[in-house]
Amino acid sequence: MTTQSESIVGRGARDGAALFRTWYEELQEAASQERGAAYVFVMGSLNEILKSFDLPVVFPEINSLQTAVRRVAHEYLSEAEELGYSPDICGYVKADVALQLRGGEHPQGQVPKPALAVLTNACNTYIKWAEIWERMYEIPVVTLDVPGHRSSKHKSVPGSDDFERDRKYVQGQIAELIEVCETVTGKAFDIDKLRECMTQANEISRCWQRILELNRGKPSVFNALTDGTIFLGVANGLRGSPAGAQYFRELLEEMEYKAANHIGTLADEKYRLAFVGVPCYPIFRRFDEFFSEWGGSFVSSTYLSFASGGANLGHLYDLERPLESLAEGLLISVRGAMDSMFHQDIELESMIEDFDLDGVIYHPIKSCRTVSTGLADGRRALMDRMDIATLFLESDMMDRRVVSEAQMKNRVDAFFEGLASRRRRQAIEQRGSK
Amino acid sequence: MSTPIITRRSLDEILEWSVRTVETADYSAARRWRENGGKVVGHFQVYFPEELAHAAGVLPVKMRGASIEASTAEARFGSYLCSILKTTLELGLSKRLELDMFVSHPICDAARNLAAVFERNFDHPSEILYLPQNANSGHARDYLAAEYQRLLHRLEEIGGRKVNADDLRRSIAVYNENRSLMRRLYQLKREKPWLLATDEGYALISLAGMLPKEEHNELLSSVLEDVEAREVKAKDRVRVVFEGGFCEQPPLDLLRTIDRSCYIVDDDLMIGLRWILEEVALDGDPLQNLAHAYLEQSSYSPVQHDLRKPKEKMLIERTKAARADAVILTAAKMCEPGLEDQVAYAQALEENGIPFFISEFQENMTSFEHMELQLETFVENLLFD
Repeated sequence: MTTQSESIVGRGARDGAALFRTWYEELQEAASQERGAAYVFVMGSLNEILKSFDLPVVFPEINSLQTAVRRVAHEYLSEAEELGYSPDICGYVKADVALQLRGGEHPQGQVPKPALAVLTNACNTYIKWAEIWERMYEIPVVTLDVPGHRSSKHKSVPGSDDFERDRKYVQGQIAELIEVCETVTGKAFDIDKLRECMTQANEISRCWQRILELNRGKPSVFNALTDGTIFLGVANGLRGSPAGAQYFRELLEEMEYKAANHIGTLADEKYRLAFVGVPCYPIFRRFDEFFSEWGGSFVSSTYLSFASGGANLGHLYDLERPLESLAEGLLISVRGAMDSMFHQDIELESMIEDFDLDGVIYHPIKSCRTVSTGLADGRRALMDRMDIATLFLESDMMDRRVVSEAQMKNRVDAFFEGLASRRRRQAIEQRGSK
Repeated sequence: MSTPIITRRSLDEILEWSVRTVETADYSAARRWRENGGKVVGHFQVYFPEELAHAAGVLPVKMRGASIEASTAEARFGSYLCSILKTTLELGLSKRLELDMFVSHPICDAARNLAAVFERNFDHPSEILYLPQNANSGHARDYLAAEYQRLLHRLEEIGGRKVNADDLRRSIAVYNENRSLMRRLYQLKREKPWLLATDEGYALISLAGMLPKEEHNELLSSVLEDVEAREVKAKDRVRVVFEGGFCEQPPLDLLRTIDRSCYIVDDDLMIGLRWILEEVALDGDPLQNLAHAYLEQSSYSPVQHDLRKPKEKMLIERTKAARADAVILTAAKMCEPGLEDQVAYAQALEENGIPFFISEFQENMTSFEHMELQLETFVENLLFD
């Protein structure tokens, strides 16, 4: 058992890092061969289509966050700000502007230039970002418009007229994207190849949904903030590839094993937490330690929903009708991602029960208004409805100038002191009621 | 019905009333409308097809924030956000403007959250109108017409009235007249900017989002005639385009500050109300016509992506068409799209040899001395260059 445990436990993190290195090596090779890449984003990457054309796929969001994790983001941000970009706009955009000006130079290797950009409207900054590439490179930019739910009370479901109208609109745009891909690559669209990519994507979605479910058990089998970010990277970057599917099958095996053997992420999981927002990449590990030192474990997050582009919903493509199903899947998953940002209070309400949460940690950031704008109000609404402890920590995902580590730690410490006192009070009340 | 505003009032009185109404965010027209049993839909910046609400008998009101303190709304938002979000919510929370429905648009990352914020704070319906972000898709027009149909159903529910194609055509005609009057005002600004102070012109346009459309038409046609007959001597001022007012609005004192040394001969202030540049066709399917106009007969802004309308190229065209000497390039604080486009605008203006003055503003800022000093220096450089 020990041997099996040693080989399985921690495999996801190890293999994920290795796959990442391989991915960047492939990108470096594409750059050295001057092959143009498809630039895409995590919420609605259309990786299935792009991989069917054998296009190298670059996720500028991931490039940017890597500069923060590797503590060089400030160099990139400064370069963009010297060009006139405001300190108040998205740090991912600025890091990418600097990366482009450096000819693709990135801490993990050379990033190829774009041959086209594909984006959805899940984040408006995607659109502004792609306009920068349009100006720099005069490349085709396809903005895939995915109409979200009009309100939390009016959600159109598959089969309804409203849903069908939106699905047809999305499918029409996918057909237009395919034409652009054919022009850019000089290759004819191969629907069987697309089917194969969708098969692999299905495998990732199936496993991903189950992995997320497993964290409902006690102790939690992975850290939603730190491990989860590695898993997300693979889920996005390798979506549609056999390597990605294989990775997720093995990851699921690891998590099932940990669940069966009660192997948690912490030796003593005292408090179960959800993370809301985008991670604090400039102090990525340290941020988690603020919580784990108190026995706090991040068992879930909205990040795992929206930053996987809604793959958490586990939607599976119908391979008998690939294009129709791809449009349907894109609509469902991107809408899911949007809902987990704009109506995060609703998602959290069920998360509190499903994951038996003790607290919710909000991390609104300067860089991302898509995720952050509604958090204060969502927190207020959630606390009106649920008896849950929450903490609101503002900083950034890129800009260390607005990350105040000492102040943050003080507030986290106070939060846990409050949680401990809350728990003691509840214990006394329970004893009193017996 | 004649508008009470213009009855027996002089031009100066009407202009003074217009400026005061806009500057103090006086929504008494909407309040009266509701007191008389009418319904009000508040729509956030930038563009909204008001004709649909008009046809359903619902008063559309443009939500564009206000120069007010967001004392209650402030707590519902974090830092690093533009002011307009907070003051727009404050208008509702403070009951300065009571609504029966709220609509926001996916114009930016912050604004698209606003419908959900309203949904959590008010009992009335709040939703997003997904205007197409892929304006270049061959499917965008049909999608938008269908989306308008969906919205129209919601407005019919609010207004308690079924709307047919002829109702829509009548509303489009009313709005065509309004668009024509607003174009006339901007023509005046370009040709004889000395006849109308910037704050006066701005207020007259801005009222389009506050008054019933027929009243606004009557107001504009009466005022324009009088303004055109004004005898005012032109002054030696620099002709500038003001860019950056597509969403959050600068305080009127900021416009007055600019007015002291410049004539603003064109701008993007309240561009959503002037989004459609030509008459919308009255024959055929009205929803298709409105969708066509949104996509094909429209202006530009940092929040609409259209490959045919690169923003910097459009700004150069606007500047040249207005025969402006320079551009005042502004952005609201924390406005992601506005701040991002400033870089491209600045580069294009430089390449075209057009002088520009860069600035940021906030709707409730109160100090303008520093900006005035910088602007005076900029203007002097232009005059003596």
